[in-house]
Amino acid sequence: MKNLFATRWGIIGVGAFIGVIAALLQFWGNPGNMGICVACFVRDITGALGLHRAGVVQYVRPEIIGFVIGSLAAAFIFKEFRPRGGSAPIIRFVLGAFAMIGALVFLGCPWRAMLRLAGGDWNAILGLVGLVAGIWIGTRFLKSGYNLGRTHKFAPAAGWVMPVMALGLFALLLIYPQAEGKDQSGVLFYSLKGPGAMHAPLLVSIIIGLVIGFIAQRSRFCTMGAFRDLILFKQIHLFSGVIALVAFAFITNLIVGQFKPGFEGQPVAHTMHVWNALGMVLAGLAFALAGGCPGRQLFLSGEGDADAAIFVVGMVAGAAFAHNFGLASSPKGIGPHGLAAVVVGLAVCLIIGFTMKQK
Amino acid sequence: MKTTIDARGLSCPQPVLMTMDEIKKNTANEILVLVDTEASRENVSRAAQSKGWQVASIAEEDEVYHLALKKG
Repeated sequence: MKNLFATRWGIIGVGAFIGVIAALLQFWGNPGNMGICVACFVRDITGALGLHRAGVVQYVRPEIIGFVIGSLAAAFIFKEFRPRGGSAPIIRFVLGAFAMIGALVFLGCPWRAMLRLAGGDWNAILGLVGLVAGIWIGTRFLKSGYNLGRTHKFAPAAGWVMPVMALGLFALLLIYPQAEGKDQSGVLFYSLKGPGAMHAPLLVSIIIGLVIGFIAQRSRFCTMGAFRDLILFKQIHLFSGVIALVAFAFITNLIVGQFKPGFEGQPVAHTMHVWNALGMVLAGLAFALAGGCPGRQLFLSGEGDADAAIFVVGMVAGAAFAHNFGLASSPKGIGPHGLAAVVVGLAVCLIIGFTMKQK
Repeated sequence: MKTTIDARGLSCPQPVLMTMDEIKKNTANEILVLVDTEASRENVSRAAQSKGWQVASIAEEDEVYHLALKKG
């Protein structure tokens, strides 16, 4: 059967849909220029579970749950659910952790970098320059034989771990909804102010998450792959999806009055240009070495890829470290140890890039 | 000449890189690529077509796709 979503117009349609919907999610309550941010939302979930205690970023984001379950549904319907893994899991864990740390120095994953740009936050330009630079470094490693090794077929249980964890999170969210004015409900933490307190209605978020998870699994939408394929193969397939995302988010922002151009005073952003760029160099390199942006890793984890699931768990660990150790930035600028974290992260990723080769 | 690329278990971009390398070598006029995910199947087909090659046939056996690529 022909996969319509994998055609040029398919990927453009998916990008356009995500762009419109992300801008609308912001309109419906999600934080500024953060209709969807895979890194930020995984970080918020980490906070909701109490694995870090940054009070302003604690919420079990239903969009992330929807991404995994939507992808699972698509994989099942189209017989693409393939439990697999065993390709250097510990390396993928480390890459996930440092990708998250890099993203939190910039304050956004590639998805949010695009959405920030589409909302007029020019600081995102620095982030995108860094992202492309990081991915470019990654392509040099790929060209010289970098390889995390082959995956193997796993028993079904391994492929179900991430979907079941996502369902478990959703169950917790339903069992322990936020109590008015309280920052804790049962085992879950909530934010009373800050981005963690800003969210679209639960039903809206979960449905949109499911739809995006479904169509992204079909189209293989990936923001890192977009730039990687452009650099490596001069191929614009995935890139056209990303361009559509930015264009349609921009148009939607204009229509609903969310386009506010400038560097200063942008929502959940800082203006330290060098660190906006370097944070994303780290994130871009880590995504390139792991073979997918954080969104793509979630979609892959939904179709049974245990290696992608390990990357996601690494992102959770990275988010916990980022806030517990003061590595994450805030609108005031980078955290007290953000600089050290970027240097260490880049060193670790370079070592991985130079040493991981398998035939 | 016919060559085989075993890209089973490898995730993108590896299967595409291996296919492109073989195409660039320009010694084979038929390449058989083995991949085991749909994404790899689509990516390898797309890459080969962009280089003017044709996907002559795709056979599936035990969750492995056999892509027969022919010089266009």
